[in-house]
Amino acid sequence: MKPKVAVFDFTGCEGCELNKLNFEDELLAFLEHIDIVEWREAMDDKSDHYTIAIVEGSISTPDCVERIHDIRNRSEILIALGACAVQGGMNAMKNQYPLEQVREDVYGCHKDLFPTLPALPLSRYVRVDYEVRGCPMTKNEFLKILTSILMGKKPIKPTHAVCVECKLNENECVYDKGMVCLGPITRGGCDSLCTNFGQYCTGCRGLVDEPDVEAMLAILNRHGLSIVEAKKRLELFNYENQAL
Amino acid sequence: MTKDLNINVQHLTRVEGHGNIVVNMKNGKLEKARLEIVEAPRFFEAMLKGRSFHEAHIITSRICGICSLGHQIASLKATEHALGLEVSEQTILLRKLLIHGATIQSNILHAYFLATPDLLGVGSVFPLISSHKDVVVRALRMKKLANDIGDTVSGRAVHPITLVPGGFTHIPSVKELENLKKRLVEQMVPDALDTVETMVALAESVPHFNRETEYISLHSDSEYALYDGDIYSSDTGRSPVEKYLNMTNEFVVPYSTSKHAKHNRDSLMVGALARWNNNYKQMHDIAKNAGFRMGLTTPCTNPYMNTIAQVAEAIHCTLDAIDIIDRLLSKGLKNERPNQAPVQFGTGVAATEVPRGILYHEYTYNQQGQIEKANCIIPTGQNLGNIDDDMVKLVPEIIQEPKEKIVLNLEMLVRAYDPCISCSVHIMDVDFIE
Repeated sequence: MKPKVAVFDFTGCEGCELNKLNFEDELLAFLEHIDIVEWREAMDDKSDHYTIAIVEGSISTPDCVERIHDIRNRSEILIALGACAVQGGMNAMKNQYPLEQVREDVYGCHKDLFPTLPALPLSRYVRVDYEVRGCPMTKNEFLKILTSILMGKKPIKPTHAVCVECKLNENECVYDKGMVCLGPITRGGCDSLCTNFGQYCTGCRGLVDEPDVEAMLAILNRHGLSIVEAKKRLELFNYENQAL
Repeated sequence: MTKDLNINVQHLTRVEGHGNIVVNMKNGKLEKARLEIVEAPRFFEAMLKGRSFHEAHIITSRICGICSLGHQIASLKATEHALGLEVSEQTILLRKLLIHGATIQSNILHAYFLATPDLLGVGSVFPLISSHKDVVVRALRMKKLANDIGDTVSGRAVHPITLVPGGFTHIPSVKELENLKKRLVEQMVPDALDTVETMVALAESVPHFNRETEYISLHSDSEYALYDGDIYSSDTGRSPVEKYLNMTNEFVVPYSTSKHAKHNRDSLMVGALARWNNNYKQMHDIAKNAGFRMGLTTPCTNPYMNTIAQVAEAIHCTLDAIDIIDRLLSKGLKNERPNQAPVQFGTGVAATEVPRGILYHEYTYNQQGQIEKANCIIPTGQNLGNIDDDMVKLVPEIIQEPKEKIVLNLEMLVRAYDPCISCSVHIMDVDFIE
């Protein structure tokens, strides 16, 4: 029997899911090896049990908390898809403000209609088996992880920095172009896509293990950002990272 | 006729984001018919406050994965207005090419994968892989080429990389553009025309329902307006983009985490059908005639036909993309650096058309080039009131049908608007007070 795969979305932009619908070349081939049993964005069907649950978005309302526990209980393997699910992503930026204030700013006297919690990664609530990082999620990493699971192998989690891939791609260093870049401290695996296209690394794939934050701040500071500004750059996708 | 009816569709499928359809009728009297938005709000103001002008479009792109290019375009234009950054003709042409790629991608995704299953009586595109494989393969091929425009010009179709204030960080090569043009001519044009035939065959299954409303879109004297133009209302005519708040008038309703909007009437419609109604004369002839062949009228007041207008636009965008590539190549590609030297710091407003309708961004920058104030009004939020008003008219008209048929017609109605619910709950309408 083919593995039953389901796709779920929580707080986020659904860009990672869209990226999956964008596997125009691979989609039909994958469908020969898996059964997609639930995917609200693409289909009506629902199922009770999943071999693999692919979950996008962060947890930010009481309703999300209930649903993610329910999904975990009914899944053998749970994959966190994209920056919001893996590390809280940009959503977590709101966690720097008191929730009461955030709600009042937006909805005014209607604030009590719409409950909200701090936006957190899935792993703060449930066990996560595999991570596909990036904003949006890195396509090749997703395909590798899914293929590994289907073949009974353990996918390799990248531990090197984006800089390593950027050098292998023989790009001119972003700093030499007069810009700042988070490549030295950001987890690789994206083949340095942004710097290949002349843009700086925004840190969307999260930080490396044991990141040297002080050294990174010093580099950013030396290249023109104040320490406050430098911290803000690092926090963009990584507000919930304990190292910051 | 006295009848009771209770409909509650939780987390409607095949739309972007989370919404519920709720209808209550008691003794033949309609008490409630509406789309409730239950998507978790995301509080973008917290993410934008104090951020550099280099980051505004990177952040607002994340409001929505499907509309990420549109958010970047609106954001960049607003930032450029606020900082007085001029952009080159090449930059504008490359941006327009990207808009065409994103519009084709989104419209084709919606027409084939989200809307067509209803017309064929199935629950998703997956059963169609065995029953209509050639059509699914065609749809995937079209989507892929549309995304390849994004990947080639902007590095990545979802959350593009190369667009920055003042220009691009990377210019595609002549060879890449020639290759895109070749594929557009040899593959996309025939596929788009075959799509018309498919839609003509399916058009009989599009529900017959009409409700005239106020149609709002951009309008330009020089072209079918997508990148830029004035605001145009079918009720009140042209209005400058700076007056956008008069055209939207957002308000909170208790059953929706997204705000609603209104202008001249209780509700208004934006999106492909509004653009068709306001600007069809400027559409490429082949696309316009395809629109008529698929059953579009002028004006067309059947909201279900929004999907058909999207297909006509996909043809227009294909043909105009070919034209834009010709213009870029004949002028010669220049390896320009983006113009990122602000001449002022102030407020900038911009509007652009994204697949689901007119999108507004406004920012105010302080003297350090950091965002002090931001506002962003989303097409889906503007359409929500219109969807509710359609439901209120539709339900009594089909009340004699079996409940499943009523539910299906309501679901199809919401899907026809191709709502983007993540966008609609972006929540950014705030003044930052230090």
